[in-house]
Amino acid sequence: MATQAVPQLERREPLWTRIPVLTHVRMSVGVQRVMLVVGLSLTGIFLVLAVFAPLMAPFGYSQIADASGGFPTQDPPSAKHLWGTTVGGFDVFSRVVWGAQTAVLVIVVAVALSIFAGVALGLASGYIGGWLDRILVVIADAVYAFPSLLVAIVMSIVISHGQSSLWGGIFAAAISITVVFIPQYFRVVRAEAIRLKAEPFVESAKVIGASSWRIMARHIFRNATRSIPLIFTLNASEAILTLAGLGFLGFGIEPTSASEWGFDLNKAISDVTAGIWWTGVFPGLAIVLTVLGLTLVGESMNDLSDAKLRARGRKRTTTAGAKGARTAAPQGVSSPESEGGKA
Amino acid sequence: MTALTETPPEAAGLPTPTAKRKGGGGLATYLVIRFLLIFPTILILVTLVFFLMRITGDPITAALGGRLPADQLEIRIHEAGYDRPLLVQYFEYLGQVFTGNFGRTISDNRAVTEMLTTFGTATLELAINALIVAFIVGIPLGMIAAHRRDKGTDAGLRVFAILSYATPVFFAGLLLKLVFSVWLAWLPVDGRASTSTELSLGSLAAPTGVYWLDALRSGNLTAFWDVERHAVLPALALGLLTAGVFLRLVRTNLIGTLGKDYVEAGRSRGVSEFRLVTKHAYKPALIPIITIMGLQIALLLGGAVLTETTFEWKGLGFQLAQYLTARDFVAVQGIVVLLAVIVAVTNFIVDVVAALIDPRVRY
Repeated sequence: MATQAVPQLERREPLWTRIPVLTHVRMSVGVQRVMLVVGLSLTGIFLVLAVFAPLMAPFGYSQIADASGGFPTQDPPSAKHLWGTTVGGFDVFSRVVWGAQTAVLVIVVAVALSIFAGVALGLASGYIGGWLDRILVVIADAVYAFPSLLVAIVMSIVISHGQSSLWGGIFAAAISITVVFIPQYFRVVRAEAIRLKAEPFVESAKVIGASSWRIMARHIFRNATRSIPLIFTLNASEAILTLAGLGFLGFGIEPTSASEWGFDLNKAISDVTAGIWWTGVFPGLAIVLTVLGLTLVGESMNDLSDAKLRARGRKRTTTAGAKGARTAAPQGVSSPESEGGKA
Repeated sequence: MTALTETPPEAAGLPTPTAKRKGGGGLATYLVIRFLLIFPTILILVTLVFFLMRITGDPITAALGGRLPADQLEIRIHEAGYDRPLLVQYFEYLGQVFTGNFGRTISDNRAVTEMLTTFGTATLELAINALIVAFIVGIPLGMIAAHRRDKGTDAGLRVFAILSYATPVFFAGLLLKLVFSVWLAWLPVDGRASTSTELSLGSLAAPTGVYWLDALRSGNLTAFWDVERHAVLPALALGLLTAGVFLRLVRTNLIGTLGKDYVEAGRSRGVSEFRLVTKHAYKPALIPIITIMGLQIALLLGGAVLTETTFEWKGLGFQLAQYLTARDFVAVQGIVVLLAVIVAVTNFIVDVVAALIDPRVRY
């Protein structure tokens, strides 16, 4: 492997073909490409809404009146209020748009925190081992086995006693979600660190006299975190669902300090009984489409980095090749690993 | 901590005699060790929950702070013993938990144990209903998707699976309610039964708390019909979303085994496609399926909390949301600990089943 790596470095491909998402689109075929492109567009819309919420939302998230007077309550969709108004007189469309911003903030904070903590703990646990490893594994397993929503509820009680302002609420939700995610990153990174610990390059670094810290931070870190982007996309969608779940149970952010889809859905439950559908359907659809977009991106990228799954798109060649594959078995064993490693 | 120091000697001591009897390293040893591992898991969760909930203050201030004058608050805190050192309270709490005493709720002053059994049966009923829906829908669809791999049917089913992941259960519940209860008016909007049924079931001599069972035992068919009508939508909301997970699980594992040589061999012997998918390929695919389904129980419980709130299904989840709003953290702690126990025990059962099916599973 080491001798092969040198010629590869010399013929680098142009930069634009090496940008992660673009390479994935180029690599994909058929249904897989459709899934990836749909996912990317949904995610793109979601991000645009989040960034430009102040420009795109006709009203503020807690605005109940404008120059022409107070907004009507529980008003069906009309020209002025595209998706109607809620029982409190909020404009549903504006709240859905602003909700995207809250969701992005929570995802970014949550995933950043959990990657940081999970990777650090995983590296330390896997590389150092011993009693530290054992204790961390038992705790991580206990938390991992527990319903994530309940972990998040307990954490949000701890952090904010359940009530919060905008940033307080975002951090409470984000940290609650972080605690759920840390075990996942921890497991992946720890397993990789243990595997890499026995690799020759780590031993040579030790022989040269590199400190444990340097080995962890440079040699193992770079190699152990390869699958992190995949977990990231999958976790981003889970973060949105957890945030919505917290909000739905009344642990979200107060409606006056930010807009949150789960909170709006909670309020909409009683509306539905009276046949008022617009207060619930739109925030709900926003959650579904956002999670759908992120999941499609995550799934497609996951499939694409797995050579066995990637072949699925080339329908005819695989079915024809499947019968002949047995004769060429030795090749088939070695190729998925090397391809998967590059992706 | 007492239990933690007690468990290791047990874990080290008990397996040895069993191992001798069975001839060393056998299934029995594995099962005993696996069983003993339940306790540290539960202990860790109980400890984490206890200290996390107490870091920010005592339950009485959380529930009543701001509503009672400070001196009365002091008296109540002192009466409940929350002004003692945290470690003392912790060991006392552990002792109580081991004897099945979880204290009394603050908001409605009920014994937590009684509250757990009352609402636990309702949650159990919902979870089982949802599991039935998930099995009936998820497994056959997964088989179809694996068999028709990469065809239109498969693509459609994958979309359903991804959608079922992307949809929060409360939104699914809201849509079902909107369509079937409000627009079509086929099914009741919420609750576990109508008021008259609840009254007649409540007057039973020894109610089990499982409404359909109670209704059948009393021979009251109208009540039974009423209860079942109420059960449909919550079970569908939670069950269909879980079905998506099962579908993916069955599909992926079945595709793995369908590609094996022995399936090809079966096909060449003239075994029907139906039998190949449902018997030959499905059985070996079961082990990963069972393992992951066990993990789904945790997810199902999390989903039950949200489903119950959506449908005012008066179970643990519904109560949890109520107690959370009332900031009654004694009750919340009780519910969380019970769920932790359920999850730990389920994981144990899953490991046992996996070990019984597959002789290679030994740690």
